[in-house]
Amino acid sequence: MTERPVLEARGIVKVFGQHRALEAVDFTAHPGEVHALLGENGAGKSTLIKILTGAYQPDGGELLLEGQPITLRDPLHGQSYGIGTVYQEVNLLPNRSVAENLFLGRQPTRLGLVDRKRIDAQARELLSRYGLDIDVRAELSEYSVAVQQIVAIARAVELSGKVLVLDEPTASLDRNEVQRLFDVVRALKAKGLAIIFITHFLDQVFDLADRVTILRNGKRVTTQALDTLNTTDVVRMMLGKDVTFEHHPSALAGGPKGAVKVRFQGLGRKGMPAFDLAVHEGEVVGVAGLLGSGRTEVARLMFGVDGADTGEVFVDGQPVSIRNPAQAVAAGFGFCPEDRKLDGIFGDLSVRENIIIALQAKLGWFKALNREDQVELAGRYAEALDIRAADHDMPVKLLSGGNQQKVILARWLAIDPTFLILDEPTRGIDVGAHAEIVRTINRLREEGLALFVISSELDEVVAYSNRIVVMRDREMVAELDGDAIAPDAIVQAIAGTPEEARP
Amino acid sequence: MTRSLRPLMATALIFLFAYMLAVSQQPAMLSTRVLGNFLTDNAFLGIAAVGMTFVILSGGIDLSVGAVIGFTTVLVAVLIMWLQLHPLIAFAIALIVATAFGAIMGAAIHYLKVPSFIVTLAGMFLARGGASVLSPDSIGIQHDFYATVQKSYILLPGGGRLTVVGIIMLVVFALAILLAHRTRFGSNVYALGGSETSAALMGVPVARTTISIYALSSFLAGLAGVVFSLYTSAGYSLNALGVELDAIAAVVIGGTLLTGGYGFVAGTFIGVMLQGLVQTYIVFDGTLSSWWTKIVVGVLLFMFIVLQRLVFRAGPRRT
Amino acid sequence: MTRPTVDLRPTTQPPFPRPRPLATFFTRPQVIALAAVLFVNWLLFPGFFSVTWQDGRFFGSLIDVLNRGAPVAILAIGMTMVIATKGVDLSVGAVMAISGATAATLVTSGIPAPIAVAAALGTGLLCGLWNGILVTLLEIQPIIATLVLMVAGRGLAQLITEGYIVTFSDPLLIFIGTGSFLGFPMPVIIAATLMIAATLSVRRTALGLLIEAVGVNRSAARFAGLKAGALLLIVYSFAGFCAAVSGLIVAGDIRGADANNAGLWLELDAILAVVIGGTSLMGGRFSIPMAVLGAMIIQAMNTGILISGFSPQFNLVVKSAVIIVILVLQSPLSARLFRRLPGAPK
Repeated sequence: MTERPVLEARGIVKVFGQHRALEAVDFTAHPGEVHALLGENGAGKSTLIKILTGAYQPDGGELLLEGQPITLRDPLHGQSYGIGTVYQEVNLLPNRSVAENLFLGRQPTRLGLVDRKRIDAQARELLSRYGLDIDVRAELSEYSVAVQQIVAIARAVELSGKVLVLDEPTASLDRNEVQRLFDVVRALKAKGLAIIFITHFLDQVFDLADRVTILRNGKRVTTQALDTLNTTDVVRMMLGKDVTFEHHPSALAGGPKGAVKVRFQGLGRKGMPAFDLAVHEGEVVGVAGLLGSGRTEVARLMFGVDGADTGEVFVDGQPVSIRNPAQAVAAGFGFCPEDRKLDGIFGDLSVRENIIIALQAKLGWFKALNREDQVELAGRYAEALDIRAADHDMPVKLLSGGNQQKVILARWLAIDPTFLILDEPTRGIDVGAHAEIVRTINRLREEGLALFVISSELDEVVAYSNRIVVMRDREMVAELDGDAIAPDAIVQAIAGTPEEARP
Repeated sequence: MTRSLRPLMATALIFLFAYMLAVSQQPAMLSTRVLGNFLTDNAFLGIAAVGMTFVILSGGIDLSVGAVIGFTTVLVAVLIMWLQLHPLIAFAIALIVATAFGAIMGAAIHYLKVPSFIVTLAGMFLARGGASVLSPDSIGIQHDFYATVQKSYILLPGGGRLTVVGIIMLVVFALAILLAHRTRFGSNVYALGGSETSAALMGVPVARTTISIYALSSFLAGLAGVVFSLYTSAGYSLNALGVELDAIAAVVIGGTLLTGGYGFVAGTFIGVMLQGLVQTYIVFDGTLSSWWTKIVVGVLLFMFIVLQRLVFRAGPRRT
Repeated sequence: MTRPTVDLRPTTQPPFPRPRPLATFFTRPQVIALAAVLFVNWLLFPGFFSVTWQDGRFFGSLIDVLNRGAPVAILAIGMTMVIATKGVDLSVGAVMAISGATAATLVTSGIPAPIAVAAALGTGLLCGLWNGILVTLLEIQPIIATLVLMVAGRGLAQLITEGYIVTFSDPLLIFIGTGSFLGFPMPVIIAATLMIAATLSVRRTALGLLIEAVGVNRSAARFAGLKAGALLLIVYSFAGFCAAVSGLIVAGDIRGADANNAGLWLELDAILAVVIGGTSLMGGRFSIPMAVLGAMIIQAMNTGILISGFSPQFNLVVKSAVIIVILVLQSPLSARLFRRLPGAPK
């Protein structure tokens, strides 16, 4: 690692509307190092990456390349400065040959025609440097994601060659493929490239990276050499919990539980090991685990978004079939999905319609709620959840994120659910709405509802959960109850205790 | 075998099979005479389908093709018969007009961010309307040049005639194959059809390519109009009604994925020939009626759409 | 904590059905556009608004606009709902031909007219169902799925008529196309009835809302427990049914089934009518009456061009101009110009 950073970001500020995504963040990348960037969703790492590569322009601060201030118009412009990016979902052309993907935009020509032979030969030569001996004339999509990632890296390095940004490149790779990719990255590092590595697999960070920058809520928590840290430290900094826990075990756990409300037995599908779980009346089961630990997949399986291959579901002891969300709703389940915009809200429909839609779907086509019912329902839940909307006939897309989340929560409360699944219910919303949602979860528990809540906010999960399930690598690795709900226990379960550390 | 080759192979096999079947029923169909007529009769469709191939490869659609053909025949007729221009000059003017028309549609699609089928629908109305404003009635073209061209042909062994319009189509296909598969422009077209986001990130000039694609499609529709004019010696605003549908069908039957990104210009040629074969067979048979063409083409279209869904739904992976 | 929500909600708003003040109806761009077109027609032809009573029915240019616009209006009723689900149906013109061919062929072969009419409507339903199956079960994009029937449909119609223009003198079929009821031409009565029935059956049930929800966000609809597949099947089937009705009218009008020309390019007019009616091609909010109004605007323009002595094809130029104006108005470019910058969340 040399002294002078090749790429440096100073005091970067980025504002979206009223949301400050990045607050005076500093970041440096030195030649010949792998610099990991960590943070939960919403921490601002993708915003920072987009600024470093030119996809976004910062609202404050400056970028320096080899000491010179630069302004990047777009990723293409960034590329011309030597900053290349490889994304999780490979941004190449699945329909074109490997060789063409490597050379698109700069194909060698002869007499105005693309010189195919030369492209293929050069592509083969180029990929052999990455230890890849494949048919470069075959379509890119015929190869595994790992190979596609290496092709993408080869293209990025070829075109830029100073800084390589790897944005969650390992998300869909198996262990061998990850190692193969890491060998490539190590070779590039040895050649003096500065590599910025974003992932949510901590073991990979320790495996590959030299330094780490941890972001949380748009602020830089730390930048440190990794050999001074252990997994537990990193998890703690990512989740921001310095043992300031607000757990009231006496009030929550250990108390008399109601009857078992829903029971999942051996539920599983391809790529998702089967699990058993029972949720009682008046109980909140919290899920802790990092992004990618399989927590969302469990929720999707429970709600029938992804059909289960194995297992049974019981509600009040009776078996129910849950093959799709409609059946889940019929069984009295509700689900606030992680991606509000994509899977949650109907942007162009009104607040009122967004609230009554699930109930209406449950009632069927012909039992229409008339306007009076709708107004009454929407009014009731808007008041109960303190939804701030000037008018319930306005499109829900005009509301703030927090209010949208409350609208989705109201939608499920309107069907009078027996079991509610909340996936990151407080992500990316303002403090007031956050508090309101936590209050609501507590109230619903007291009213006897069974809840399954996923959250990256450790203090939050601890504050309302009777029981905490910890997930890692798509499996429920620990279950904490009562007094066992302690900060260190959770953090260590997420990190994988030192004894369990993988080779 | 590359996945995108599979529909093309299927098309080729179906064509061979269908041709053999047709010959076994109507032995007279196995002659260069019939093949020559194939080329001549379908020249305008083939040329238009080439342009459509590029549009569909890029993930768009061009509904204005038939209308541009009709407009061009009228414009050419007006320029020759009313303004007494030499046909070659008239052709040049018509091609320039058509190309500009397509470029404007491409610009509208790119900059207004509207689906191509709406923009080219407006283009279709405009071109048909414009043609009938120029002349609501059919205009016959009498010119020595036309007579000469119509009489010129290359005699094929076996008595078949390779006419000028047939040659134009073959040349267009040959050039288009080079353009699609051997130039940067061709790569960019496929790139847009694969993923516009990725293409832009990889440095494909999206605006310029989109505009060029629709300009090319309209240019070729214009050329198809010129060929149609040579073929029928008339300009009429309702010429080539619905040819856009035949062209789309030819492209899809030729193995090009309607959602873009996969396909071959050569496949379109087979698609056109397959349609021609169905028509010729029906003419030869004498008892079948011409509407069977549409049904058979519709069935083929359906088959290929379903086939493509199966082939492209889940591809095999190499490691 | 203050709760502006409850206080800001207008309390004077009476419950369903929400009466729209007439003033807002008359300031809608579609209404203004129709008024403008009619006004121009009146300038061109001062007798445009005169309606006379003769032989038990109304006559006049205005009635003519309604009558001639009815087939496209009926197509637009079905098309509106398809477009609301973020789809499109290119096959309706061909389905018109199939429906007319079915009815005409059946009555000429001696089948009682009511059965022939029912068969034609059933055929339309089946065609729509076919499109719906391609879209839902095979998950083919609507524009591609309906293209199949657009290409093959006219061939099927000709197969039914065996290539001839089947003429008939059946009084019921002719009555559907040219008869009158309460002084109004039958097509107008049918279109109005269908419009009211369709509007009521989507707005008095939950169908309308659920269709809009599917069009706005298919994924969210799934998460909310909606059965989008069944809705799409119904919507496409209904579009096929509307096309069949329209096909019967056109056949009755010319007293024959012309498989080549019946409903030719009318799918495009219907799409245009829906777009003029304010339903976005991106799906979501829809209004059936507004789409019908859109069809009337198109027909009023047609009629205006005819009475001003231009060739009917001049229509096409005007139509393309209308599309261009709408596209420019709806484009992100002009949205940027006109946006009022609400504190929209990202």
